[in-house]
Amino acid sequence: MKDKIAEKLLLFVALSAIMSLALITFFIFQQGIPLIFKAGLGNFLSLKWAPTRGGFGILSMVIGSLMVTVGALAVGIPFGLAAAIFLAEFSSKTIQKTLKPIIELLAGIPSVVYGFIGIVILVPFIRVTFGGPGFSVLAASIILGIMILPTIVSISYDALLAVPNTYREGSYAVGATKWQTIVLLLLPAARSGIVAGIILGMGRAIGETMAVIMIAGNALKIPGSIFDSVRTLTSTIALELGYAAGDHRGALFACGSILFLIIIVLNIVAIRITSRK
Amino acid sequence: MTFRIGPRTSQIIAYVALLTMTAIMVIVLFFIIFYILRNGLGQLTLEFLTDKTREMGKEGGILPSIMGTLFITIVATVIATPLGVGSAVYLVEYTRGGPIRRIISFGADCLAGVPSIIFGLFGFIFFVISMNLGWSILSGGLTLAVMILPTIIRTSEEAIKSVPHTYREISYSLGGGKLDTILRVVLPTAMPGILTGVILGIGRAVGETAAVIFTAGSSLGLPTSIFSSTRTLAVHFYILAREGISMPKAYGTAAVLIIIILAINFIAYRLMHRFIARYY
Repeated sequence: MKDKIAEKLLLFVALSAIMSLALITFFIFQQGIPLIFKAGLGNFLSLKWAPTRGGFGILSMVIGSLMVTVGALAVGIPFGLAAAIFLAEFSSKTIQKTLKPIIELLAGIPSVVYGFIGIVILVPFIRVTFGGPGFSVLAASIILGIMILPTIVSISYDALLAVPNTYREGSYAVGATKWQTIVLLLLPAARSGIVAGIILGMGRAIGETMAVIMIAGNALKIPGSIFDSVRTLTSTIALELGYAAGDHRGALFACGSILFLIIIVLNIVAIRITSRK
Repeated sequence: MTFRIGPRTSQIIAYVALLTMTAIMVIVLFFIIFYILRNGLGQLTLEFLTDKTREMGKEGGILPSIMGTLFITIVATVIATPLGVGSAVYLVEYTRGGPIRRIISFGADCLAGVPSIIFGLFGFIFFVISMNLGWSILSGGLTLAVMILPTIIRTSEEAIKSVPHTYREISYSLGGGKLDTILRVVLPTAMPGILTGVILGIGRAVGETAAVIFTAGSSLGLPTSIFSSTRTLAVHFYILAREGISMPKAYGTAAVLIIIILAINFIAYRLMHRFIARYY
């Protein structure tokens, strides 16, 4: 009897995560979708963002989000993969034990601290070296690239460790070097896990807000180069939510809906890839 | 005429390249921590930690933000821990695969990938406006509870899974029921692992900005109840830095944040290691 009640109660508790997800989905869409219909798709997908005067175009922000995300991946993928390969294939147990917590620490540093480092070090450096305002696509890409490293490293590392040792032994037995084994055998075998890590990293980059606001400059136009200022979907929400009302607030939730949709699709793809094995 | 690099040489080149890139990553991390502490530790006087914030943060200390962070984190942890641990117990002890397990896991995995600004939007419209809780410690804490839930579920799940099966069988053979076994054998054994998850969740909550700024607000007063609006350390630091109010105070606040994060990671790491040493 006691056990039966406990089981029902625990089932109820266990549904908390999926229920939260459902609530979030409902409220974000309920606040955002009506505005998209009201404004019309033509207006919503235009370049003109003037939400207090009926301009709800999010195109430049969508392009901005895509640019910094691509930039973040360009920084995060090579470094993340390199660290994962080094950790999984070239490190002793001791080095693995030291490096793993260091990478977890990297994930624990608050995004405002990354943004701050961007302001005081990276932005001035870019301004002095390349000219322009410094607050730029490049600055945001580098900082975001560092921020998504832990995701890419830890998931790729797990994927590499999951490759059976017989692969390595077979490869060495026919005379291949370690590096040949990694490139020709291990990376292809761990491919799905690595891709999942990259997709989740991509989700983190698209969704990151505070660090981007602090270093991207937030100008409302499509950047002409990587040294130009850029504004993302997330920055727009965070910059304007504090004072937005009426349709303006609706428009910010519409931005949130688009962002949420992208994230959910990326998550589902990553979950499907990792659970296929 | 083509120039070919032999397999041995390319192995050496690859090794050096991988080592360099990994080293750069580690150096960047240590540089960030070192840079913040070097510039911020000098600010950390007793007065800075125990004084009220004056003139928007230009003068005075960060006591209101320390208290705000503490209270919000307590609310988030108190709500998320039973939900997270309960979910994990159900996942491990009561499901054998099947659709329910898949749905619960999917919920946790998806929630883990939701960016904090979405939690901010949700908390703002749901807790602050629909439930009429206003900008408050309660709204902020509830929002963060949802955010750290997946961390606690996943870590607790791993911890409970790694409790050896014989422990449960011994308890059953002594006449213990399922619930008794979970409460008296499984949970106590898995406790260090579960605590690791809770502590990592606390770490996320302390460092969070986007989800709390729109749910707890940015009031600088000392909180008097869970319905007070408050400004957490991370939000205070963000405002100081972005609006250029005071760089020394910004560095000081950042140093406090970094020290908390370092301590949390250290404790989580030690707990996990004690746990792993015992059962693997």
